[in-house]
Amino acid sequence: MCVMFVLMALGLVVRLFYLQIQNNEHFSTRSLENRIKIEPLVPARGLIFSRNGKLIAGNSTSLSLVAIPEKIDDMKASLARLGEKLGLDEAQLEQSLISSKGKSFQKHVLKANLTEKEAAIFAANRFQFPGVSVIPNSSRYYPLGEEMAHVLGYVGRIQPEELKDLDETNYRGTRLIGKTGIEGSLEPLLHGTSGYQRVEVNAEGRVIRIVERRASIPGENIQLTIDSDLQREAFKALSGKVGAIVAIDPNNGEILVAMSNPSFDPNLFVNGITQKQYDALIYSKDRGLFNRFLRGQYPPGSIIKPIVALGALEAGIKRHDVNVFCPGFFRLTENGRPYRCWAKEGHGNVNMTASIARSCDVYYYSLAKKFGIQGLHDSLTLFGLGEKTGVDLPGEKAGLVPSADWKREKLGRNWYKGETLISAIGQGFMLATPMQLAYATSILASKGDAKIPHLFRASKHNFLNEINLRQSDGVAVVLKNQNNWDLVREAMVQVVHGKAGTARSSKLANGIIFAGKTGTAQVSSVDRELELQPDEIPVHLRDHSLFVGYAPAENPAIAIAVVIENGGSGSRVAAPIAKRVVDKFFAGNQKF
Amino acid sequence: MSILNRRVDLPLAGGLAVLCVLGLVVLFSASGESTGIFISQIIRIGIGIFVMLSVAQLSPNALLRIGPILYVSGILLLVTVAFWGDGQGARRWIDLGYIRFQPSEILKLAVPIVIAAIVSNRSLPPSSRGLLLCALVIFVPTILIYLQPDLGTAILVASSGLIIIFLGGISWRLIRYSSFLLCCLAPVVWYFIRDYQKQRILTLFAPERDPLGAGYHIIQSKIAIGSGGIYGKGWLNGTQSHLEFLPERATDFIFAVYCEEFGFVGVLVLFMAYALVVIRSIVILYDAQDTFSRLLGGAIIFTFVSYVFVNIGMVVGLLPVVGVPLPLVSYGGTSMVTILGGFGILMSIQTHKKFYADV
Repeated sequence: MCVMFVLMALGLVVRLFYLQIQNNEHFSTRSLENRIKIEPLVPARGLIFSRNGKLIAGNSTSLSLVAIPEKIDDMKASLARLGEKLGLDEAQLEQSLISSKGKSFQKHVLKANLTEKEAAIFAANRFQFPGVSVIPNSSRYYPLGEEMAHVLGYVGRIQPEELKDLDETNYRGTRLIGKTGIEGSLEPLLHGTSGYQRVEVNAEGRVIRIVERRASIPGENIQLTIDSDLQREAFKALSGKVGAIVAIDPNNGEILVAMSNPSFDPNLFVNGITQKQYDALIYSKDRGLFNRFLRGQYPPGSIIKPIVALGALEAGIKRHDVNVFCPGFFRLTENGRPYRCWAKEGHGNVNMTASIARSCDVYYYSLAKKFGIQGLHDSLTLFGLGEKTGVDLPGEKAGLVPSADWKREKLGRNWYKGETLISAIGQGFMLATPMQLAYATSILASKGDAKIPHLFRASKHNFLNEINLRQSDGVAVVLKNQNNWDLVREAMVQVVHGKAGTARSSKLANGIIFAGKTGTAQVSSVDRELELQPDEIPVHLRDHSLFVGYAPAENPAIAIAVVIENGGSGSRVAAPIAKRVVDKFFAGNQKF
Repeated sequence: MSILNRRVDLPLAGGLAVLCVLGLVVLFSASGESTGIFISQIIRIGIGIFVMLSVAQLSPNALLRIGPILYVSGILLLVTVAFWGDGQGARRWIDLGYIRFQPSEILKLAVPIVIAAIVSNRSLPPSSRGLLLCALVIFVPTILIYLQPDLGTAILVASSGLIIIFLGGISWRLIRYSSFLLCCLAPVVWYFIRDYQKQRILTLFAPERDPLGAGYHIIQSKIAIGSGGIYGKGWLNGTQSHLEFLPERATDFIFAVYCEEFGFVGVLVLFMAYALVVIRSIVILYDAQDTFSRLLGGAIIFTFVSYVFVNIGMVVGLLPVVGVPLPLVSYGGTSMVTILGGFGILMSIQTHKKFYADV
């Protein structure tokens, strides 16, 4: 018996020696891992302000219903009871549980943005729901809703496929990420730097004390170039219409207005949009999610005439005071097909100024015949058409300025002379976004001193120091003959202020001189072939209505582009909208 | 010398006192510095000492007579518990208003007394009829306790009886046969034992199989012990216990707390205290004058050592997790009283022998 006792004791001592002395390091580490947990400290997202100091994207604290799956015995029953008590959709709860990332011992969001009533009902019944709790978390809200939707974009929950491209340490604990718009393009600036704290926890995971703490650095507050009052005016002006408005300060490229209508409420996306709401947006006729000022590509129509005229003047195609006779049509050859002017009865004798003021097509057909497609292409690309402007928003479209090379490469066909003619009046293959049209107009306004359009005005550091505002130069347009700028500008002034100007009913208030150009872009060829009255044409086949302009003509402070889909004539629809916004600009600006 | 003094074996009492003090020290830490638990344990030690001293006053002959009465009442209480007892999941406790106790504890003393009486009453080695009677005496309480269910205590009660038969001297042939039979029965037993018991045995071999479930106790216990190192983390500084990672830290797993806070050196000190008690008990046994005393004393020491071995073996991950407390250290009333009662018997054997010698 004694031998047995000694052996037993020896066995235990050997085992303890093995655990405590031989493997002490291993177990010490595990003991440390047991009790020390690292918790991320999520930085507050930077706020976004408009140029006039209005908060346009803020943070709010919301309550979320969360569950720790590991601590719930019967998930299905628990969700069913939650659904019943709080009046929530059980399937929706289950869906968000499945889609949320994380391990079974971590908190999964069942429902974000609880109402106060839901939170109160839960609090009263929480004993019935072990493993489920309500936690506060930071959320995003957009006070101006639809008005800023396409500029700001929105934040939403991080999706698993987005995690791959993120700095995982910096995003541990972050719930929302910028998806589109400024929220998307300035994500690195807005997010800030994540901090952490090392905490001692007990077996239940409750924090006993903080061992070490490195505070997070909040994201930078951002000021945009957008004027929220002007943006609201644009929003109102577009109400009931489908289209876009972009207004730029030609002196520095700051975008004052960027509005696309119809719009959507970005707040819907922050805490998870429901399938029903999403479908409603996606399948609506006019697609509110579609950013028309950035991605809408339209035939620019007569809008490009001042640029074509300028190119032709520079190339010496035709002197500005040489007349072209417009009988209402133009033929390339003696018995060729007639290319019609929009004015059936013709404009008579037209010089360069009149060709812009009255928007004579025949003048441009005759220019184009000598100028050729390459000449047109080169003049138009100088003004940024056919390529992205480089505005600081994701997903911009490049539009299209056709050329013979382009057609051969893309379509595998030869270029026809007739195509050169219609290109000169902005029809055919040519496409441009409202952003490009505004940029081109701002280059015209600043006499070639191109400033790339941008929305990001300043971050917190230079909010108060307006000297070092961000601006970047585009490729400047340098003319051999500086006088040509003035000739074209004078022609554009005649569009609004001339007796026969196409936009003569859209003069600005207070006598401010407005230089502009109307455009009526054909969507289909029905109207000219069948000679129908405008209201006999189905809405979706009606012409797009366009206008570009800048003011004051002598010393421009604003350049604007307006596109109204299927709006009809540019002078009747787009020009008055531009006038309304520009009037508002000067009304709010004491300098003028 | 007062009567009281003459019935106390001082070396044994000294060893027991060291163990009780070490127990109180570590219990204070393991219970999260709860004075309530500390005082309650002191009260239990007090009751235990009272029982020990009382038993020590009785002569071994008196014990021999009391034995059967104790045994029968123990069986009755077990039956009672089966119908009216309290307990979490398993019915083990009897509630007497102020005190609650486990009747199975009574049988830990009663079974060896009765078996020792049966074996010593006949010629040695025991006859087959005697063995059969012993088997019955052991079998009835063992089954009742097993059904509670409390496998650990059932095994300890059975072994406390069986060890006496073994000490009484049975033929090696019988031992060989029964060992062989046990081996054959093992798969059958595996089939009959409950799922949680299977889990515990499986967990022993691979605790990482289910780290948050069945293996959790053992993993956390090994972390506690291993992280203690040579000198330990210091009294009241054990993170595993104070942050509640270690389950059952005041009761079955108190040894892990001890190891974490006092290290390997502390373990050697504790083992020396246990060794002192065991060696002194064996000395008493060798001096004992009659077979009954020797058999009974042998069974008590054996039981005590098995407790220590099974508990520590379990805590260090050598044996399956069975609900056996660490004698004199774990928090718990009835086992404390039973164990001190057992040492009372040893003191009775020692002091009454001396009493005869003096005459």
